[in-house]
Amino acid sequence: MEIVVYGIINSITLSLISLGFTLVYSISRVPNFAHGALYVTSGYLTWIFLNKCTGMPYVLAIILGIGITAVVGALIYQFILVRVRGMEISEIIATYAIGLAILEGLRWGGLRGGTFSLPAFFAGSVDILGVSVDYQRLIIVGAGILTFILLYLFTRYTKMGLAFRGIAQDERAAMMLGINSDVTAVLSLGIGSALAGLAAILLLPLGNIVVETGYNVLIFAIAVCVIGGLGSWGGVIVASFIIGFAQILTESFLSAHYQMVVALLAIILTLLVKPSGIFGKQKELEERV
Amino acid sequence: MDALMRKERIDRGLKVRTEGIYAISDIREILYLMGPRILLIAGLFALPFVFELAPYWKKVINIMCAYAVLALSFDFLANYVGLVCLGGAFFTGVGGYFAAIFNTTLGMPIWLSMPLATIAGAVFCTFCLLPCLPLRGVYFAIVTLMYPLLFTRIIEALDILGGTNGMTGIDAFPNAYVENYTIIAIALIFLFGMRRFVNQDVGLVLRGVKDNDQAVRASGISVTRMRIIAVFIASLIGCSAGAYIAHLYMWAGISLFALDFSIIPIAAVVIGGGGTLVGAMIGAFILVPLSEVLRAFGTFRIVIYCIILTGFIVFKSEGIMVYLQRKYHQFERWVKV
Repeated sequence: MEIVVYGIINSITLSLISLGFTLVYSISRVPNFAHGALYVTSGYLTWIFLNKCTGMPYVLAIILGIGITAVVGALIYQFILVRVRGMEISEIIATYAIGLAILEGLRWGGLRGGTFSLPAFFAGSVDILGVSVDYQRLIIVGAGILTFILLYLFTRYTKMGLAFRGIAQDERAAMMLGINSDVTAVLSLGIGSALAGLAAILLLPLGNIVVETGYNVLIFAIAVCVIGGLGSWGGVIVASFIIGFAQILTESFLSAHYQMVVALLAIILTLLVKPSGIFGKQKELEERV
Repeated sequence: MDALMRKERIDRGLKVRTEGIYAISDIREILYLMGPRILLIAGLFALPFVFELAPYWKKVINIMCAYAVLALSFDFLANYVGLVCLGGAFFTGVGGYFAAIFNTTLGMPIWLSMPLATIAGAVFCTFCLLPCLPLRGVYFAIVTLMYPLLFTRIIEALDILGGTNGMTGIDAFPNAYVENYTIIAIALIFLFGMRRFVNQDVGLVLRGVKDNDQAVRASGISVTRMRIIAVFIASLIGCSAGAYIAHLYMWAGISLFALDFSIIPIAAVVIGGGGTLVGAMIGAFILVPLSEVLRAFGTFRIVIYCIILTGFIVFKSEGIMVYLQRKYHQFERWVKV
């Protein structure tokens, strides 16, 4: 029972982490290797607002943290990525370099040790099916599901969301219909960063804010996206459930050290068997060369 | 009355005859063409003597050339095959551990363990990277990003290969000069070897893979097979640097998978000028001494590299070497009319 409950929680955690990455990739085709860095940035900013500005309510700190992260993401696109757009090698190197610069800059700036942690929204825990689950994890599940629903509605029923989907499906046709590709990409990076920030705010109260989280988050996000099919939404959910349960199973039967091994083995298996990922049918031909 | 003078580009006589293949007619033209190459080779060979009185900087020469070799590997893979390797540390780590195993466990002498580790490491790396080769370049970047971290975790978790302490007791080089000249020779051999290789037929096909893979496929050549060849060569170059570093420090540990080995070569290539091969080395020769000077900053150095890297990629994507090459060809002299 414990495996089921924690498997579900872990799966939703993973999909929250990967949503931002897959959103950016599906819309602007930029693999955002700065995703993990934005995740940590948002957590750290919230911590700063909470601890250095006395009297600031937690909610305001969270909103500011996520908001600033979104702006940072948009600025990264507006000033750096837009200049190397379409050059795949430069895109990868540039986002990776920015991510590293942010992460190592934070490490140098004093983000070390276990002194940085966000408080849980509500303390305490509740028994579900005989397993004790604390409120924070329940909030994660709730917020995760809510985010999915909101994103689904956003991409189906708002003009901006439809523009996003248009660009994702066929950039040229969308541009002919008057959708500005660069503006959409800026917005997608902003929203992607905000999603990374949201994930950080929800997940970081469970542990400390450390730089290594940034690398782990990036890797798990990529693993989920590759297995689900890069840029596919349904794929993210399915893949995060696969990896999420696989991780919980290895953790309970082997050891927590193997979590990353599971992720990588899953990637390699996917690449060998079905390179476009579980739901990447539409773009299968594009991914293969 | 003075004769009328006008300016003339030095390379004019050469360029007029042919752009690519130089038909050389006199000693001055030979010197003009050979000058930079001779300067590089002679300069590298002279370095250990120049720093005779500064033993610390002699050590820096070693590590600088090792990074130059890694940068060469990255440059070849990124700019000739179109595969971005975000984990150069994977090559150094694998090469280093193989060297350690061959040297300590199997008791091979140093001159046997280094080449063998290079080849074994290259085979191993190619095998590990095999699944992502039939796919677009972004998958290669993703998987190479993961491997160094993964191997660090595996070694820590299973406590194999010396665990977190690493493998000690690897043979050192006989003396400092052998240390210096081994890596200088490796760097130069790979540099000039690769310069030849990329202009062979197979090198041209590899460039085709980068620019238009569908055209390569349409010509009946397997893209995957070409990429396997390219990755094997690149990991050969990378693993040789790893094997050398293991012998240099007489130690192979998880820090061989460290971030430095991934990011400095990338920065060096972008700064030096991608696609020139020499530029990659020049970039390393600039960055590594710089990072020694900045040693006091600790991890902030990585931030500096990344900022330089992003700046170059956005504002000066051609790099230093391409710029210098152009300027060298534009030298002018005064001649009588």
